[in-house]
Amino acid sequence: MSDPILSVRGLSKNFGALAVAQSIDLDLKPGDRVGLIGPNGAGKTTFVNLLTGVVKPDEGQILLKGQPIQSIRPELRVRRGLARTHQINTLLVESSARDNIAVAIAERSGYAWRMLNYKKQWRECLDEAQSMLADMGIAAIGDTEVRHLPYGEQRLLEIAIAMALKPQVLLLDEPGAGVPSTEAHVIHDALDRLPAEIAILLIEHDMDLVFKFAKEIVVLVQGAVLTQGHPDEIAADPEVRAVYLGRSRD
Amino acid sequence: MMNDPKNTAPAAGPQMLGGKFSLTWHLLPWVLAIIFYFTAEGYLSLGTQAIIWVLFTMSLDLALGYAGIVTLGHAALFGFGAYCAGIFSIHVTGDPLTGLLVATVLTAALGFVTGILILHTTGVTFLMLTLAILSMLFEFANSAKWLTGGDDGLQGMSIDPLLGVFEFDFFGHTAYLYSLAILFIWFVIAWQIVHSPFGKSVDGIRQSPKRMRAIGTPVWWRLVAIYTISSAMAGSAGGLLAHSTQFVGLSALSLFTSGIVAVMLILGGTKRIYGAFIGAVIYVFVQDYTAKLNPHLWEFIIGGLLIAVVLFLEGGLISLVDKARDGLARLVGKGERS
Ligand SMILES: Nc1ncnc2c1ncn2[C@@H]1O[C@H](COP(=O)(O)OP(=O)(O)OP(=O)(O)O)[C@@H](O)[C@H]1O
Ligand SMILES: [Mg+2]
Repeated sequence: MSDPILSVRGLSKNFGALAVAQSIDLDLKPGDRVGLIGPNGAGKTTFVNLLTGVVKPDEGQILLKGQPIQSIRPELRVRRGLARTHQINTLLVESSARDNIAVAIAERSGYAWRMLNYKKQWRECLDEAQSMLADMGIAAIGDTEVRHLPYGEQRLLEIAIAMALKPQVLLLDEPGAGVPSTEAHVIHDALDRLPAEIAILLIEHDMDLVFKFAKEIVVLVQGAVLTQGHPDEIAADPEVRAVYLGRSRD
Repeated sequence: MMNDPKNTAPAAGPQMLGGKFSLTWHLLPWVLAIIFYFTAEGYLSLGTQAIIWVLFTMSLDLALGYAGIVTLGHAALFGFGAYCAGIFSIHVTGDPLTGLLVATVLTAALGFVTGILILHTTGVTFLMLTLAILSMLFEFANSAKWLTGGDDGLQGMSIDPLLGVFEFDFFGHTAYLYSLAILFIWFVIAWQIVHSPFGKSVDGIRQSPKRMRAIGTPVWWRLVAIYTISSAMAGSAGGLLAHSTQFVGLSALSLFTSGIVAVMLILGGTKRIYGAFIGAVIYVFVQDYTAKLNPHLWEFIIGGLLIAVVLFLEGGLISLVDKARDGLARLVGKGERS
């Protein structure tokens, strides 16, 4: 049993009168595969935003490798090994797929401030970006401007950019969102190929995907953890079923 | 696996915005500028004005075009640089290079400080703050007569010979070559910057600050950095204006000046270093030529051109050069493209 790499204690946040996070606790250890599910508006994306620092918590503590990070800036959290993908594609649409990854690599490698004398370093970034595309099976799209890419490949690019940061903790916010079910296997495969040692929190509405991927599932309802456990227990839990019954799936 | 040749990115992608610009095309504007010097006797001071506006437009391109910093206060930096150079030449030394360096550094400092203060805002708020800074500087220059000459303008400048040798002559030979040399230096710097990892990240911030934060970019600092560089360049342009005309007027600090430089940039094409060349040169020469025919004609012509470009020529006039270049390449059959 290793120590948790990410540990969340009593994390709370209200948007006005709306409680979107109510004293959430969570531990992620290296290699963990945790699924975070819950109805629309439960606060799943907000939870990711709280972890990455895009949204400031009202209360609570976030420890990354034992260090409190709740008061440091988002970009520093990224540099300490916390990466995320977005539920809605957040890409540089006028740049090529390769450049989208290369700027992330440049940032990670500390080259992103270079203004002069950068040929060799940028070359390295581009080559690494290209090999990441190849690993994802989309080597051919390197030169394509992102706005011309099909949606599914943009979803893969979201994951590739996060991986370019070499994170130790990866937060995936509905990687399959909007991908037609006929193409969902491409996303599944990409998730399966993620390095075993990183800790992953997966938010997903596609139950097949979560239940296959996660070893542990957390159910969030109105900002609070309803229950948490092995996928089989969760699937059999009548309370969880009640929450999901009658919920529109799109 | 990293060195597997099939995983290696091709040399320069087409998205590099002219990264593969062949040497011939790179040389063209400079060769034209030199030819102009030898053939356009009598028009050299107009040529100098054009060069200065190119530099100023290029500085706006870094901020507005590449970084997406939508400012209406760029004249504040231009005018500030001009007054710095002018005042320095009166009270300290008339050596032009020292004066230009001082104007550049001080304007960079102004850009850095104001950038730190206002770059955390966006949109209309930011726009208003840039306007506020511009009008404050304008009012200061207007009222501090003892320093700036107020609305009479700054007079009594005298500029020493360049490098101690070349007098600033009445026909403007020295001023022209001096400005051209400074433009060339800044051009090389700007070209390096926009193709650098730093330049890519700034371009990324323009497209999506949220994406850049998610990869760990210190967005605000990077904007402050590009804004400071842009300010330095605008300050240089202002300094050149002071040196070449040996006069600085309040109009350098006016909103109108901010407007003109924006028009030049949009005419020429944003996010293309050479767009500044085309936009500024066309503006200056069209204005000069048509103003001789009728004092208000140029406003119609420039206005019409601007509308035509915005409506029909995405990418500005430089996209016509791209087309010509592609056409030529096809004719020659080399298939060279960038
Ligand atoms: N910045 C904000 N200001 C105010 N309210 C917000 C903000 N962001 C989210 N909310 C609200 O907080 C609640 C939780 O939103 P969140 O996006 O975290 O839900 P979610 O669980 O990710 O839902 P979905 O499954 O639809 O993605 C919603 O009611 C949403 O409208
Ligand atoms: Mg969500």
